[in-house]
Amino acid sequence: MATFKEFRNSVKPNWCPGCGDFSVQASIQRAAANVGLEPDDLAVISGIGCSGRISGYIKSYGFHGIHGRVLPIAQGVKMANRDMTVIASGGDGDGFAIGMGHTVHAIRRNIDVTYIVMDNQIYGLTKGQTSPRSAEGFKTKSTPEGSVESAIGIMELALTAGATFVAQSFSSDLKELTSIIQKGIEHKGFSLINVFSPCVTYNKVNTYDWFKEHLTSLDTIEGYDSSNRMQAMQTLMEHDGLVKGIIYQNTQKQSYQDLAHGYSKDALAHADLNMDEQKFNDLVAEFM
Amino acid sequence: MIDQLSWKVGGQQGEGIDSTGEIFAMALNRLGYYLYSYRHFSSRIKGGHTNNKIRVSTKQTRSISDDLDILVAFDQETIDVNIHEMRDGGVVIGDAKFNPAVPEGSKVRLFSVPFTEIANELGTSLMKNMVAIGATSAVLDLPAEAYIEVVEEIFLRKGAKVVEKNMEAIRKGAAYFTDAAGGPLEGFQLNKADGQKRMFMIGNDAIALGFVAGGVRFMSAYPITPASEIMEYLIKKLPQFGGTVIQTEDEIAAATMAIGANYAGVRTVTSSAGPGLSLMMESIGLAGMTETPLVIVDTQRGGPSTGLPTKQEQSDLMAMIYGTHGEIPKVVMAPSTAEEAFYDAVEALNIAEEYQCPVILLTDLQLSLGKQSVEPLDFKKVEIRRGALDLNAELPEVEGGYFKRYELTESGVSPRVIPGMKNGIHHVTGVEHDETGKPSEVASNRLKQMDKRLRKLKNLKFNTPVVKYTPNEEAELLLVGFNSTRGVIEEVIPRLEAEGIKVNHAHLRLIHPFPLKEMKELVDAGKKVVVIENNATGQLANILKMNLGSHEKIESILKYDGNPFLPSEVFNKCKELV
Ligand SMILES: Cc1ncc(C[n+]2csc(CCOP(=O)(O)OP(=O)(O)O)c2C)c(N)n1
Ligand code: SF4
Ligand SMILES: [Mg+2]
Repeated sequence: MATFKEFRNSVKPNWCPGCGDFSVQASIQRAAANVGLEPDDLAVISGIGCSGRISGYIKSYGFHGIHGRVLPIAQGVKMANRDMTVIASGGDGDGFAIGMGHTVHAIRRNIDVTYIVMDNQIYGLTKGQTSPRSAEGFKTKSTPEGSVESAIGIMELALTAGATFVAQSFSSDLKELTSIIQKGIEHKGFSLINVFSPCVTYNKVNTYDWFKEHLTSLDTIEGYDSSNRMQAMQTLMEHDGLVKGIIYQNTQKQSYQDLAHGYSKDALAHADLNMDEQKFNDLVAEFM
Repeated sequence: MIDQLSWKVGGQQGEGIDSTGEIFAMALNRLGYYLYSYRHFSSRIKGGHTNNKIRVSTKQTRSISDDLDILVAFDQETIDVNIHEMRDGGVVIGDAKFNPAVPEGSKVRLFSVPFTEIANELGTSLMKNMVAIGATSAVLDLPAEAYIEVVEEIFLRKGAKVVEKNMEAIRKGAAYFTDAAGGPLEGFQLNKADGQKRMFMIGNDAIALGFVAGGVRFMSAYPITPASEIMEYLIKKLPQFGGTVIQTEDEIAAATMAIGANYAGVRTVTSSAGPGLSLMMESIGLAGMTETPLVIVDTQRGGPSTGLPTKQEQSDLMAMIYGTHGEIPKVVMAPSTAEEAFYDAVEALNIAEEYQCPVILLTDLQLSLGKQSVEPLDFKKVEIRRGALDLNAELPEVEGGYFKRYELTESGVSPRVIPGMKNGIHHVTGVEHDETGKPSEVASNRLKQMDKRLRKLKNLKFNTPVVKYTPNEEAELLLVGFNSTRGVIEEVIPRLEAEGIKVNHAHLRLIHPFPLKEMKELVDAGKKVVVIENNATGQLANILKMNLGSHEKIESILKYDGNPFLPSEVFNKCKELV
């Protein structure tokens, strides 16, 4: 069985020292080992942004796509080969601005992909513009007088879109993050894991300390039941979305692959592509 | 006795006009006639004039005709809109219900037949189209029995009674017409057909069938006219092969999901029209850069923007050749008949995998939706070639643990592996990268990888890049086209020849990379080159000039009002140009 070290490669990440994304990388590597994967069982698909570079830093199959399209690519991989474990990952701009349409639809489609967002409330790669996760009043290069748009409550939105696994975590908490990713991988269906992953270079407000101060762990809420969607929504609203832990999980709903009519139980990638002549003639006869 | 006849049925959209034409055509198809049908429809579901023009012939034809022999009208608008197409002595059959009238001085013969009334007597006005079919058959002197097979196929699941009622409607329509006209009309009887069994299908069906036969197991697409039939066919058929279709949230998702699935080893396609292709441009670049096979069908329709969404045009050509920023290897194929569309759909899948690049399978609305007779397809010609992909390869362990997915090779094509294969781990990125897929901005690496990608198509093997008709070593006219204009050009050639004009014809089946050698020979052998295309700027003519020079002898015949060329339009302009 592979250890987390076998998910490491020799590429040195070009992230700034202290960037939250390092821990996300390490957590994915540990979670993959913990669930018993081999590197060639795993495909890490990533978007464009500082965070998007992650697919190149993990020893596994990796696909670094185009900005905002990580989810359709990841869903395509999973549909082609349901035996692969597919992790999609990217930034908050990638997933909640340019790729928001795909995010909502991937949630409701419920294909078995684990989506990990490195949410730093800013655009890192393009050097510090506002993101849909930036708070109102947040000053950036593109909002010098402070943003006048409200931030997306992404966890709340996921719940209303029909998500079957919604979780949030924090880069500083490697152990919890690893365990959540592990559970996300094991979840049968789409899992959304939003990770507060501070950008130490461009976001001077939402820092490690800021999150430590503002985040409430769901473990500390007595009687919290992650199968209760209503409670999940209420808790999110009470804490302005600043909670961490598994917020909601629905283990009853089947994944898209299990529900799709006629869809093969075996990996399509290994299907025999040749058609027999009788079958062909039958298809032809339908047009005569 | 005649060899071909042009028939049209018209009325309000949603009134069963399509099925009237369909039943008429299917019956004649069973008798072995060649058929070609083209629907006029608009972007609404109910209401609005619609018509279906059907050509019946003892020979293959893939063009609408100039004039019309028989018009079946369910409303006065149908007569008003189409009367100009009627030949002298042609027949208009209108439903007595609306008191059909033709303009004064018109040389057509008008018959008023109570379609609705007869249908009502039989129990439901829905059968008025069967009455109309019956009346038509009386003109042609076709027995009602010619329809029994088709009627049974459509209505037998509703019970034998329904079949009998519909047949009764046909017989009554025929009897009424025969009474009114005093027998079948002279000059409307077709020579006997060869009785051969042929498929009768739209281009989109042919493509979809080609995809299924060619090993497609997954499709991601977003609905749009005139492409949706491809998706609808695969939705029906792929589950029989363990595959499936996802209707995505948009065309960007459609294209990128297809990229993901192709990367992971499944033959996956998407199809759309101009607006969708515009959205896919960045994805096409990703497929080019990551060397991921990807087949996209572009069923051209009237542009720009939403343009004329239900009308014929061929104006996406330049966008398909050049579309996406940066420079990538890309193949653009353009079948011109349903038969070619079938084989090209299979071949597009092979080329995409062999050359590891995007392939655009270009059609136009007339080819995609026009229904035509197709000679028996040759199953033996369907082959699946996956190029440098060996799913069962036992890969050796590699140094550094990364497989050289982008290895520099002489052909430019690198070995391909798919996720899940042992020792095949590599990285894929739209960022410039080295042989293992690691991002790299090193100038020398950039040149090597760029050249490698572009080198792949230098040796593209393509069967019949140009469909040729070259009876003349030196021709006064070389007619050039792509996609559906093949039909009209082939119709016009014998007429020009009858006038003593020497004509050659070249129809590009491969648009890009441009078939330079073949086209140069043909253009050199022509005094005048006439490029016939459905767009306003002469895009194919410009491609010819760009590749071949010869500016002085290249002329254009253009039409971009949304309608296909009529043979007379092409014929007259050709004569002017000689
Ligand atoms: C279509 C397109 N538009 C814009 C860009 C430029 N761009 C690259 S990354 C990015 C945003 C990055 O922000 P985020 O997704 O939050 O990732 P981070 O860098 O913060 O990890 C933008 C706008 C692009 N690559 N592609
Ligand atoms: S700019 Fe911010 S997000 Fe990007 S690597 Fe540096 S710290 Fe991380
Ligand atoms: Mg960000």
